[in-house]
Amino acid sequence: MTDTDATAKIAFPHRHLLGIEGLTMQEILGLLDLAEEAVEVNRQVQKKRRTLSGRTQINLFFEASTRTQSSFEIAGKRLGADVMNMAVASSSVKKGETLIDTAVTLNAMHPDILVVRHSSAGAVELLAQKVGCSVINAGDGAHEHPTQALLDALSIRRAKGRIAGLTVTICGDVLHSRVARSNIHCLNALGAHVRVVGPSTLMPRGIERMGVEVHKSMKDALDGADIVMMLRLQRERMKGSLVPSVREYFHFFGLDEEKLAYAKPDALVMHPGPMNRGVEIDSAVADGPRSLIRDQVEMGVAIRMAVLEALASNLPNH
Amino acid sequence: MTEVDGHRPLVLANARIVDPSRDIDTAGSVLVADGRIIAAGPEATSARLHGAEIYDCKGAVVAPGLVDMRVFVGEPGFEHRETFASASQAAAAGGVTTIVTMPDTDPVIDDIALVDYLLARASETSLVHVRPMAALTKELKGEALTEIGLLKAAGAVAFTDGHNAIRSPRMLRGALTYARDFDALVVNNTQDPDLVGDGVMNSGETSTRLGLKGIVKEAEIIMVERDVRLARLTRSRYHAAQISVPESLEAIRRAKDEGFAVTCGTTINHLTLNELDIGPYRTFFKMSPPLRTEDDRRAMVAALAEGLIDVVVSAHDPQDVETKRHPFAEAADGAIGLETLLAAAMRLVHAGDIALLPMLAAMSSRPAKLLGLDAGTLKPGSPADIVVFDPDMPWVVANDALKSRSKNTVFEDARMQGRVLRTLVAGRTVYEYAPPVA
Repeated sequence: MTDTDATAKIAFPHRHLLGIEGLTMQEILGLLDLAEEAVEVNRQVQKKRRTLSGRTQINLFFEASTRTQSSFEIAGKRLGADVMNMAVASSSVKKGETLIDTAVTLNAMHPDILVVRHSSAGAVELLAQKVGCSVINAGDGAHEHPTQALLDALSIRRAKGRIAGLTVTICGDVLHSRVARSNIHCLNALGAHVRVVGPSTLMPRGIERMGVEVHKSMKDALDGADIVMMLRLQRERMKGSLVPSVREYFHFFGLDEEKLAYAKPDALVMHPGPMNRGVEIDSAVADGPRSLIRDQVEMGVAIRMAVLEALASNLPNH
Repeated sequence: MTEVDGHRPLVLANARIVDPSRDIDTAGSVLVADGRIIAAGPEATSARLHGAEIYDCKGAVVAPGLVDMRVFVGEPGFEHRETFASASQAAAAGGVTTIVTMPDTDPVIDDIALVDYLLARASETSLVHVRPMAALTKELKGEALTEIGLLKAAGAVAFTDGHNAIRSPRMLRGALTYARDFDALVVNNTQDPDLVGDGVMNSGETSTRLGLKGIVKEAEIIMVERDVRLARLTRSRYHAAQISVPESLEAIRRAKDEGFAVTCGTTINHLTLNELDIGPYRTFFKMSPPLRTEDDRRAMVAALAEGLIDVVVSAHDPQDVETKRHPFAEAADGAIGLETLLAAAMRLVHAGDIALLPMLAAMSSRPAKLLGLDAGTLKPGSPADIVVFDPDMPWVVANDALKSRSKNTVFEDARMQGRVLRTLVAGRTVYEYAPPVA
């Protein structure tokens, strides 16, 4: 995270970060190493750098998100970029403007980096095809959320000292989760053993072909696990044909002290937030000594700084 | 058609005559005069056609013009996507001499006045024959039957709710029973909307990886099985418009074996592409039913070769940037295909999956017979609806060169082997291949 010469050591030959799928282990580790430096920067009083000085970063969120958007905003500002937030959900989409129209309009303003979240899988990739700048996927439908997987990997590596060989169990609504998919790609690339568990109605078909063990019970899934990664279950799923009730869901899949005891004694608990306390996770666990949840938020800013810096190193300088 | 038909006789000489209506694949000539076929075969001689144009086919195939049984045009209501004029140019360039149009227009073709309008409009502007399917239920809502008897008399060749499936078994039973009195064919799009839900592609590993909602094949299988049960109950003529998975064919096979008038079709897309062609969310490959797995595709091709699948259609469905340039889940279904139908079908022939004669039967003589059309044959006396094509000529599909007003082809930049050289409709040349100027 130096102001100059940083670009020389960054080996990330991509214009965009659209997903984890397709990244090599070296590229992922390179981003984690870069983020380690950002962690140190963020803990100092003087946090401001000039790496992105003169660059314009636009956060384009078609789907509301306070946490991810502010994380990207802080990351950009600490690197010296001019950051603008656009909540598209409340403006142009309502006027019937298409995603492509929005992309073309924004592109004419010459941003250097677009950070995009959209409720539809593939939407960020579509937008990336229509603009001349770098694009970071901040979540597209149930497809990918790459910076979440990277910050999770960083949190795990800092807490455990390694990722290869660890057993990571991802619990809950895998069907609707981009966090789960990006983490499966990331953790597999880094050599972890990945398990998923949840009711069969929330397991996408063919998930085992993505290199995970599929479990039906928390007891089996957590047995010997080093990391327990909880997923958010939206309350609107608690009706219809997926899950009958919060009570039943929490009984079988909610993480409490009792179920956590199936995992290794030093197992750590993660959650991408925002949490539904009492739905997928018990407060005692979420706030307990084995929770990595607050670290994840800190690592989020560091990872986003690393990703911004890596992509900026590939931007033209003239 | 402004020119006078049949002004000059024509001899298609040195041809490979492939006529699936008579099970003929032979060398010979085809003689055309006054808009009709005079003779077709090795014995045909041009001696009695003085002043005829002699067209040397140089061994190219001469076959009945194709009958495409599932075509969405856009007129009336969506002329910015396709008109009869533009669709018919695409058809002519693809060797299709009869297009059977779907009633999903605005307004819906559910009234005899609209059939009259459509036929009048088509005869003014279309290069090829246009035969409409009318709506089975008013406004395609699945609630009230259309006037099947009057519509048939007005020129409707079959009855369908187009993109919509007939959801209610009670309504389908009524429709089949009523249609039987008029010997009318009922065509259903067998995708159960309830089970399809908000799915946008085939359900499986690929949809999971892409984070897209899947459509299980049971959404089709269950509806085909239900429909076939009702067709057996009512002893009516029933056609499943577009099957995408082999399991759907089991009920159809049983019904056929037992003598029921049950038939089915599939699209050329489902015979030549699979779900992996979607690649990075390419919306031109979004269609209903969705592209399935390679195993499904191969099984469907085998079923076609076996004769279990009666008809192959293009399912030509023009969509523009307004409806296609969206994230995958939000984009419209459908792809154009009139101009590439024959060339894409030749892929199956060249791959050795099916012989030319049965391949052409599924796109000409069989749909013509099913719909009661005087088409799909080279029998002397028949209208001279003819395609001449070189089965081996290579070409590359260029979007800009496609005649359709919409460019949503799944074969963009695809390499094809098999090119239409000349298309005749009622003896009149409506398309002739011009080699690119070097």
